[in-house]
Amino acid sequence: MSGIDAAGGSAGNAAFTKSEMMIVAAARELAGQHVCFVGVGLPNIAVNLAQRTVAPDLELVYEAGVFGARPARLPLSIGDPTIVTGATAVVSMYELFSFYLQGGLVDVGFLGAAQIDRFGNINTTVIGPYDHPKTRLPGSGGACEIAINARQVFVIMRQSARSFVERIDFRTSPGNLGGAEQAERIRREGGWLGRGPTVVVTDLGIWHFGDDGEMRLDSLHPGATLDDIRATIGWTPRINADLAATPAPTGAELSLIREELDPEGAYTK
Amino acid sequence: MHDAIAELVRDGDTVAIEGFTHLISFAAGHEIIRQRKRDLTLARLTPDLIYDQMIAAGVARKLIFSWLGNPGVGGLGAIRRRIESGEPAPLEVEEYSHFGMVGRYTAGASNLPFFPIRSYFESDLPVANPLIREIESPYGDGKVFAVPPLKPDVTIVHAQRADVAGNTQVWGLLGCQKEAAFAAERVIVVVEELVDEAVIRADPNRTIFPGLIVDAVVVEPFGAHPSYVQGMYDRDNRFYLDWDAITRDEGSTQAWLRDWVHDLDGRAAYVEKLGPERVKSLRPGSAPSGSVDYGDYR
Repeated sequence: MSGIDAAGGSAGNAAFTKSEMMIVAAARELAGQHVCFVGVGLPNIAVNLAQRTVAPDLELVYEAGVFGARPARLPLSIGDPTIVTGATAVVSMYELFSFYLQGGLVDVGFLGAAQIDRFGNINTTVIGPYDHPKTRLPGSGGACEIAINARQVFVIMRQSARSFVERIDFRTSPGNLGGAEQAERIRREGGWLGRGPTVVVTDLGIWHFGDDGEMRLDSLHPGATLDDIRATIGWTPRINADLAATPAPTGAELSLIREELDPEGAYTK
Repeated sequence: MHDAIAELVRDGDTVAIEGFTHLISFAAGHEIIRQRKRDLTLARLTPDLIYDQMIAAGVARKLIFSWLGNPGVGGLGAIRRRIESGEPAPLEVEEYSHFGMVGRYTAGASNLPFFPIRSYFESDLPVANPLIREIESPYGDGKVFAVPPLKPDVTIVHAQRADVAGNTQVWGLLGCQKEAAFAAERVIVVVEELVDEAVIRADPNRTIFPGLIVDAVVVEPFGAHPSYVQGMYDRDNRFYLDWDAITRDEGSTQAWLRDWVHDLDGRAAYVEKLGPERVKSLRPGSAPSGSVDYGDYR
């Protein structure tokens, strides 16, 4: 396992956890984005932080049937009543999936994952065989259609040898399939709206996808090492020769997470 | 509630208690448990705690769903045990994505043979569930996936209000209750408040379906607890967190069912057991809608 523990590092006097660094880095990736479809779990806190920092005009789309949410508290789930009060529009799930997502209005689909492979294919269904799973996971929810119909997909997940795997046990949501060439051909022939995964933010670093469709480590979080990266991945990773250092969370970002968004530490433990 | 469930829910039925996080009829689910219905097929996008409880209680042989979890918290232990190890009894599953389930209800409500969606491409879901089928567009512009209609024998919807005829109004998240109700053979509506027909007619845009398709109206205040009702009570997140521990063990799950379902005679007793402080703690502040003028045309 990783050589670093829950203490991710420190910026001045403000120590922060690996989870806080991951959430902050994910939120920053939303700078300049307009319409974001919010997935279950970690994406929920990342987009709410982004709306309070780098992307105040971000339109939050929740599969529960909300466009333009302005949550006054961190939603307890993606069906929380706070995403309704003050929203631009509340619509049926039929309208949400048909007109907003499949109609091509979503710029970024923000997903979590239990397993991911080097090409960004995602499993949220089962560990082990489908008919006799070792672990039954939640399943697709809206992830399968988000992966296909959002213009691009961001992923946020903790990195471990069990989650970053050579072969995922079940492909719930397609990424770059077996590589960019195949994925681009199938997307073109199938008339998909999306170009697939573009960013994966973990508790150790930030990955983007190269021309061949494989993820490449572009930025390493403070406190993380390349040994940590290699110890938590099931393949030999591509690492950018000009590897960047992710700027540590600012005091303002940490205050928002700790005092406003997640005072109980549900996401950041 | 007793009579509605006794008369309208039959052993072997396909039952949909819909409501996406919002407006989940726990009161109806518990009554189904108390009446010891058997061999049900339970359909819901998100089985949530209510189906974990119903499946633990042994009312179902099959589950149709698209996202299996305790929203924002974790897993559903009773269902997972039955899928992972078949203990204490096996559970048949039929799995879709959310859009697939919404499409199924929409096809069922519209009397269509299937519903086409642009999903499932290059996913393993159609392998796991052969009812999800790739089809060619009849207009020669590519492939889409079809899902079959879902026509529940009974759909149960919790709502803020209805009149005695079953004309039903909802605000807040709408989920796919409308589609699930129109798709169903029989519909039970459970409401926080029974209102005069005039209240419905004063705001017809808020009606999700008419009494025309409703077979029973049950008044059951707080009947969606521990889920929520927009403007009336919040989700009882403490219970969702508590359930995470309860459902990990079959013994504690069965003990909870005994104490909170079998040993109570209905929702009023449940609310009393919950206590006034707990109920009061879930009341939200106020955020009234603006009003609109429909106009008087004569």
